[in-house]
Amino acid sequence: MVQTNDIHTFGDFLAAVPASEEYLTLNFSPALALRKQRWRNYGLSADFLGDYFAAFFPGETLPNSKIDRRNTVKATVSYIANELIENAVKYSDEAFPLPISITLFLYESKIIFQITNYSNLPGGENYQAFVQAILNSDPSELYLQQLEKTAMGAGGSSMGLLTMINDYSAQFGWQFQASHHNPEVVQVTVMVHLEV
Amino acid sequence: MNIKPVEIKTDDYSIWYEPESSTAFFQGFLRLDGMAEYQPIMNLLVSAIEESDSFNVNLKDLEFLNSSGISMLSMFVVRVRERGNIQLVLQGSEKVLWQTKSLKNLQRLMPSLTLEFSS
Repeated sequence: MVQTNDIHTFGDFLAAVPASEEYLTLNFSPALALRKQRWRNYGLSADFLGDYFAAFFPGETLPNSKIDRRNTVKATVSYIANELIENAVKYSDEAFPLPISITLFLYESKIIFQITNYSNLPGGENYQAFVQAILNSDPSELYLQQLEKTAMGAGGSSMGLLTMINDYSAQFGWQFQASHHNPEVVQVTVMVHLEV
Repeated sequence: MNIKPVEIKTDDYSIWYEPESSTAFFQGFLRLDGMAEYQPIMNLLVSAIEESDSFNVNLKDLEFLNSSGISMLSMFVVRVRERGNIQLVLQGSEKVLWQTKSLKNLQRLMPSLTLEFSS
């Protein structure tokens, strides 16, 4: 963990993402009051990102899979983008109308996702505690524990992160940064590294 | 006794139960906002298993399921496990990525669960 006075960084977080010729950014208003009406749009945005980035990959077959490379990229990007957007919306604070921003950077055999939202302090602290739990445990064991907890009705929404890490081998980094403008706000940036 | 199939249908997804084959079918794109939104689907599944000693969940045409939906499935698997006397089969497709990635984890909750994958 890297720690300065107001920035906390965990996992595989890069302060500067390597230069990429292909990237795409979407910005959303957090629009929590309209969350129910907008919810379907988040899924459509994730599907769009999946289609957009899949188009850079050929449709060759992959070993031990009935799904070709292009469709694998499409489904993986769509799943991860959807989970990241859902989490960013859930943990944005409606008192601070600051945008959610997601960028995908494309490399030869890798995609980096970077998503930023603004949370209130308790939300940011809870998230940091869960990040530390992830980093201090065996992800596969934590997954099963959390799945069992969730199945008993007590798991909250942590399964999104754990499915991305366990099922899609996504590598995560996180940064929590205090806002200079408002002491009640923390800027949360999640970075996901995906080999494709 | 004539039991009519139960159905939940929207523009994005359909879920229905066929008593003749003790099978619940899922189709489309399912990404509801959290566990609470999945309650009607959970209710459909739970009421469908009441009279059964075997039960199939056919997910082959479910192209997308978010993590809240995976949590809902895990909750259902634990309900079946607690009943103790139901043979549960999850039917998936090798052509749908999330199924190849995530369904196997549900077996960890209930080792007697059968996973059937078809292409």
